[in-house]
Amino acid sequence: MDLDALAGCLSSSACLVTQTTSGFIIGMLLFLVAVGLTLIFGVLKVVNFSHGAFYMFGAYFAMTAYQLTGSFALAMLAGAAGTAILGLVFERVFMSRVYGADVLMQLLVCYAFVLIFDDVVRIIWGPEFKSMGMPSAFQVMPLFIAGGVVPPYYLLLIGVALVAAIVLGIGLSRSRIGKVIRAAAHNPGMVSALGINTGLIYGGVFALGGMLAGLAGALAAPVRSLTPGMGFSVLIESFIVTVIGGMGSILGALIGALLLGLIRSFGSLGFPLFTEGLMYLFMVIVLVSKPTGLFGKEAA
Amino acid sequence: MTELEAGRAQTLAPVRSGAALQRYRDVLIAVVAFAVLASLPLFTGSKALLDFVIRCSAYGLFATSLNLLVGYTGLTSFGHGMFFGLGAYGFGLIMQKLAVPIPVAFIATLAITAVVAAIIGAICVRLKEIYFAFVTLAFQMLIHSTILSWASFTGGDQGLRGGIPRPAFLGINLANHVHLYIASCALLILGLLAMRQIAQSPFGYTLRMIRDNAARASFLGIDVWRAKLTVFVLAALFASMGGMVMALFVSGAYPEFAYWTISGEGIFINMLGGVSTFLGPMVGTVLLLLLNDTVTRFTEYHGIVLGVVILFFALGLRKGLLDFVSEWISQRRDAGEGR
Repeated sequence: MDLDALAGCLSSSACLVTQTTSGFIIGMLLFLVAVGLTLIFGVLKVVNFSHGAFYMFGAYFAMTAYQLTGSFALAMLAGAAGTAILGLVFERVFMSRVYGADVLMQLLVCYAFVLIFDDVVRIIWGPEFKSMGMPSAFQVMPLFIAGGVVPPYYLLLIGVALVAAIVLGIGLSRSRIGKVIRAAAHNPGMVSALGINTGLIYGGVFALGGMLAGLAGALAAPVRSLTPGMGFSVLIESFIVTVIGGMGSILGALIGALLLGLIRSFGSLGFPLFTEGLMYLFMVIVLVSKPTGLFGKEAA
Repeated sequence: MTELEAGRAQTLAPVRSGAALQRYRDVLIAVVAFAVLASLPLFTGSKALLDFVIRCSAYGLFATSLNLLVGYTGLTSFGHGMFFGLGAYGFGLIMQKLAVPIPVAFIATLAITAVVAAIIGAICVRLKEIYFAFVTLAFQMLIHSTILSWASFTGGDQGLRGGIPRPAFLGINLANHVHLYIASCALLILGLLAMRQIAQSPFGYTLRMIRDNAARASFLGIDVWRAKLTVFVLAALFASMGGMVMALFVSGAYPEFAYWTISGEGIFINMLGGVSTFLGPMVGTVLLLLLNDTVTRFTEYHGIVLGVVILFFALGLRKGLLDFVSEWISQRRDAGEGR
């Protein structure tokens, strides 16, 4: 424990800015992963335990595309599109077989793929740590805000995640497809009876969730090291986010992710060894006081 | 509903009339099983085989206790491994720091586990399904983080090293490999027998009723919260016993023992062996350990092999091995009677 460091940081505007931005990028990456998770749970009623693998694939796809083309935009596209396709195939071929089955069976199928995907990455890209490196376009002077150092890439990352959040939120509440998706989440039998292909919706939602996780991985690739199994810790943290925010709530995922990011970033100053513990403690406190999460609806 | 009621009446009737008989049968099976396991060192000098049985004892106790929650009560705990870790660390720390006889440390660890499980359980069992799973997971990770960060006490990520003292007691010297082996077998058999008694007792049938219809159980005047908490604590005790066997075997305790993957493996073992038969988790334990040992010998990519096997069970059989076998046998019997 190092409470002096924490107090010292809270009283310095430079440190405050630095820690807050780093909390925000952690939070935004978590949000992109968690929102896919919460969307899949909301519509398909499946807890996608293999969601972290999509984050991992997004990062590796982006790294490979960047190394081949040198274009950052293409790297992002490869990360997002690649995992979208992967999500669609995964849902149609495997997950669709265990709908309505025991929750444990669904978890088991996902767990199997966590093991398989990690080894696939190990075979294709090797077991060692990899790094994509910062794209040249962002190798510029960092911004100084109130004395705090903010790399421009961080702003891009936060911006992209915010745009995704807004598009998703408005898309789900306003657009026709969004309405169909929400209807399918509420009453799949009725939607299917109205002549809408629910299989297509399920596949689409899974692909969208996979794409968001892949985008998060691609965005993280320049600032994190890549390793097989990197999806695991992200998965657990995004689970915490969805559970804190309330399963199925997009706003909850956003708030939960930002809170968790800030806890991580400031907690690493005050409790360097117990940062992870803080997150779990926070989750326990939230769930004990409100079992459905901050923005979760009461279970019907 | 009527079919359910009929089924329940059928299973409850023999519980009352044949309970004593079944208890004698279980004890007999246990004695025979122990005799067979304990005589194994007379026939083989293979240390690897004895080690395998010791590991099966540790994981078997853990997995079967998890099934009390998952299979019997319908509580899918994702954090049951915390009690495995707690058992290993509690026992190891007491032996290292206090120099008490082994049975004292054993009882003390069980007492600590019971207290911790009662506190955590009191919070968790209020929650339903997926929330229960995640809060137990969170508690597990909390304990794991505490072990990692409290390095001066627990050794941090290095684990409890320097070996666990194993002074002889009552003529039993656990530093001797054969003694350790027989003690592990005895703990396993005694633990399984005790859990079998719990599962077949009226309390065990109460748990099944809670699993099938908690609202109804509560209408019938059962305190669901208290029953769930009781089984949570009981299961924790047996998981802790498994952890102690493990700590004795490796002569130490490591943070991985308290990591969530232990819980994941426990769930997987249960699914592999089957959750609707008492011995399913035991079969799953042997299968998983065998699978792990053989696959790691042939390929470094054992995740792929393990994953494919899991897929076979989840998508192909759609149930655990023993469940599958027992269903197959009862179908054959029905077909035979029909003819």
